[in-house]
Amino acid sequence: MSAAGISIRGIDLSYGNNRVLRDVDLEIEPGEFFAFLGPSGCGKTTLLRLIAGFARADRGTVEVGGRDITALPPWKRDVGMVFQSYALWPHMTVRSNVAFGLEERRLPRAEIARRVEAALDRVGLSALADRRPSQLSGGQQQRVAVARTIAIEPKVLLLDEPLSNLDARLRVQVRRELRDLQRRLGITTIFVTHDQEEANTICDRIAVMNEGVIQQVGTPMELYERPANLFVAGFLGSANMLEGTASADGRVFETAGGARISVPTGRSLAPGAKLVFRPQDAILADPDTPQSGTNLRGTVSHREFLGAMVRYAIRVGREEIAVDAPFRAGDALLAIGAPAAVSLPAHATLFLAR
Amino acid sequence: MRHASTGQVAAAALIAAFLFLFLVLPVATVMYVAFTEKGTGAFTLVNFADFFRTELFVRSLWNSVYVSAMSVVWASALALPLAVITTRFAFRGAALVQTLGFLPLIMPPFVGAVAMQLLFGRNGSVNLLLDDWLGFKIPFMEGLNGVIFVQSLHYFPFILINLSAALRNIDRAMEEAAQNLGSSGFRLFRRIVFPLAMPGYLAGASLVFVKVFDDLATPLLLNVKDMLAPQAYLRVTSIGIADPMGYVISVVLIVASVAAMWLSALATRGRDYATTQRGGGGLARRNLSRGENVLAWTAVALILLLVLSPHIGLLLLSVATIWSFAPLPDDYTLTHYARVFGESSVYIKNTLVYASLAGAIDVTIGTAIAYLVLRTNLIGRRWLDWTAMAALAIPGLVLGIGYLRCFYGVQLPGGQPLATLWIMIVLALAIRRLPYALRACHAALQQISVALEEAAENLGADKARTLRRIVVPLMAGGILAGFVTSFSTAAVELSATLMLVQSNSDAPLAYGLYVFMQSASGRGPGAALGVIAVLLVAACTLAAHLLAERNQRMKGDVS
Repeated sequence: MSAAGISIRGIDLSYGNNRVLRDVDLEIEPGEFFAFLGPSGCGKTTLLRLIAGFARADRGTVEVGGRDITALPPWKRDVGMVFQSYALWPHMTVRSNVAFGLEERRLPRAEIARRVEAALDRVGLSALADRRPSQLSGGQQQRVAVARTIAIEPKVLLLDEPLSNLDARLRVQVRRELRDLQRRLGITTIFVTHDQEEANTICDRIAVMNEGVIQQVGTPMELYERPANLFVAGFLGSANMLEGTASADGRVFETAGGARISVPTGRSLAPGAKLVFRPQDAILADPDTPQSGTNLRGTVSHREFLGAMVRYAIRVGREEIAVDAPFRAGDALLAIGAPAAVSLPAHATLFLAR
Repeated sequence: MRHASTGQVAAAALIAAFLFLFLVLPVATVMYVAFTEKGTGAFTLVNFADFFRTELFVRSLWNSVYVSAMSVVWASALALPLAVITTRFAFRGAALVQTLGFLPLIMPPFVGAVAMQLLFGRNGSVNLLLDDWLGFKIPFMEGLNGVIFVQSLHYFPFILINLSAALRNIDRAMEEAAQNLGSSGFRLFRRIVFPLAMPGYLAGASLVFVKVFDDLATPLLLNVKDMLAPQAYLRVTSIGIADPMGYVISVVLIVASVAAMWLSALATRGRDYATTQRGGGGLARRNLSRGENVLAWTAVALILLLVLSPHIGLLLLSVATIWSFAPLPDDYTLTHYARVFGESSVYIKNTLVYASLAGAIDVTIGTAIAYLVLRTNLIGRRWLDWTAMAALAIPGLVLGIGYLRCFYGVQLPGGQPLATLWIMIVLALAIRRLPYALRACHAALQQISVALEEAAENLGADKARTLRRIVVPLMAGGILAGFVTSFSTAAVELSATLMLVQSNSDAPLAYGLYVFMQSASGRGPGAALGVIAVLLVAACTLAAHLLAERNQRMKGDVS
């Protein structure tokens, strides 16, 4: 299979007054393992179904491997999709499920038999070929669904929340298997999920979506370290977001609690921007010995002991900041009500708008 | 699960006694008589040997099988296009099909039979017109053809209902997965969609087979006597209840019913395609092009016209002065209605009384069995459920013969045999319709979370008060729907009734219809009575539908 890229240009899609996708542009490289990540209702599944031909856009085009497939019906697209519910046909055996797509392509009998065996072999299910789907476990059903799709050697592989119907332990195993399979086949793959951990662990790049709009596209680390806006920062991991106002010259950001933070040179603040930093990047310091950089002063209002770390809530003015402090044997915990200073290294602070 | 209380045990014992006396005992008696020697009571197969040696009975058996099978074929031919058009396409007439398509069920098939003779018979409207224009006639109503024609028009809704429901329940992803792998159009339907709907189709088809096999009045009215059910009836009524042949035929009828149901269960075993999964939703409906739309409307209109022809014919007949050798009646009148309301109002009164009593018995027992099965751990509670449901497989004719045999010898204080009392008709109707009410009550109780009852008990209500104040009010919609279903189907039931009615003053509507329809001069008033029966049952069915919908809405607020 030679890998094909996917180009999505200017897609708008509405159901009545509900705008599900808004001006979506996306380039997915050949052979890439790509994720659509976002909360439920963000349009990620609709975008996937659009590529498979099960949704019609009001505007825009979809190209796979340089060919415009916007007007093609689903059965002429050669875009393999693994359904969230697996959609295995209960009246057919595993073997006939996998053979279905090949039979629809009117391939010679011998060729079909060979490719069914190969596909089942790839997912390790050759021994169960004559069972019915209802006789298989959830994990096995999922592998049949994958085998059925890769048997037709599609140009791209679409996975709609493939791990959501599996239990937690199996999920970790299956996501590795999916990644390995994708590497071996070298097939361009799109993975739809609402779980950032799933997306981070197996995907090359992620498109974060919200309310029908692509918020940011990047590698997992880029998205975490340099989120483009408040939504991405909040959706990927936890983040403190402090409201405030910029000084007239734009050099200083003053939080609602009264702390003043200098804005790095060359950065301009968008209107409504907030100060954003991750709980583990802030450092709890002794309030009596000032540190270099930014310091916020407040009192401990709450704490949760999580084992490897302690999550403190520090009240600074009217706002509460989460700070994660690593816990090592022998450490003493700060008491509720104790004064605390939060030190923010300059490289860990971001100013982000909506 | 809680421990059974004395009250629960008593209720279970009462129900068990009722089911034993009025279902198990009569059916067992029929079997016993069929397999024993007259007089000595010794086991014998001689009666069955006689049955298979008699040319008339063997021919009747094959005729019954042939008529039932052909009725399934023609009913499928009517139901399949309607089911596909309404579930797979965005078709504006879907609501019309769903309403009119079910109309045949609310009229006993034999009522339509007479009207069908006038429309499709040798000298009926259609053949007269055909002869005038094209110079030939089609033998729609000749012999077995007539039975097949009437029965397939009457029972096709069973296939339509089951097949439509099965098609609607298919998860959309099942179809999309096939499209994604390159399948479309008719191949997609043949390989994926229809096989997935197969369990629903088979459920409907086996029901049609059984119903046609057991039906007594339609062949009798069409003057077809060489079928099994009419033979059993004729033996018992002409030779008497001591003749073993009626019992042998009864056993054959039961075996055929059970076999048809068992075969359809076997064919769908392990294929309970619980196909609608979360996030699924039914099949996508495709838009029709202009040409396809015309085609769909034409097909639907033709099928509906055919299906509703018994109703149209009946209505015409009920207001006709003379209708013979003419496409349409000579003149119109309302005298038939006047006559029916004048001298036949007793039939209507009897029907209302019998059907209400039967419905009340059914929902009482149905609620009790549902409660015992779902909310107690009483030993043998499932047997109550199974026994009550077994009534589905017992033809009404067989139940009637069983009642006569069991209760004719029991003398009332006045010297009248128990079997001739009108109460027996009510009990037979109640037993026959119990499965419908039981399933409605069972479903209603199943939807109620046990936590609602536990909350009441936690706040101090004992079991009886919880039942009265929480469970029954929450089940009310389901119970009412069950009552109306039992009522409206009992109102047009004839096969058991035909055996049990002893005098005109005790006869219900269906019996009166049957008597009227047998003479040429009674057809007008008979048709008027038929129209009244149809309206009565239609009103009840509409009420049941509205109740079920209201219930659904109320439930929606709670959960």
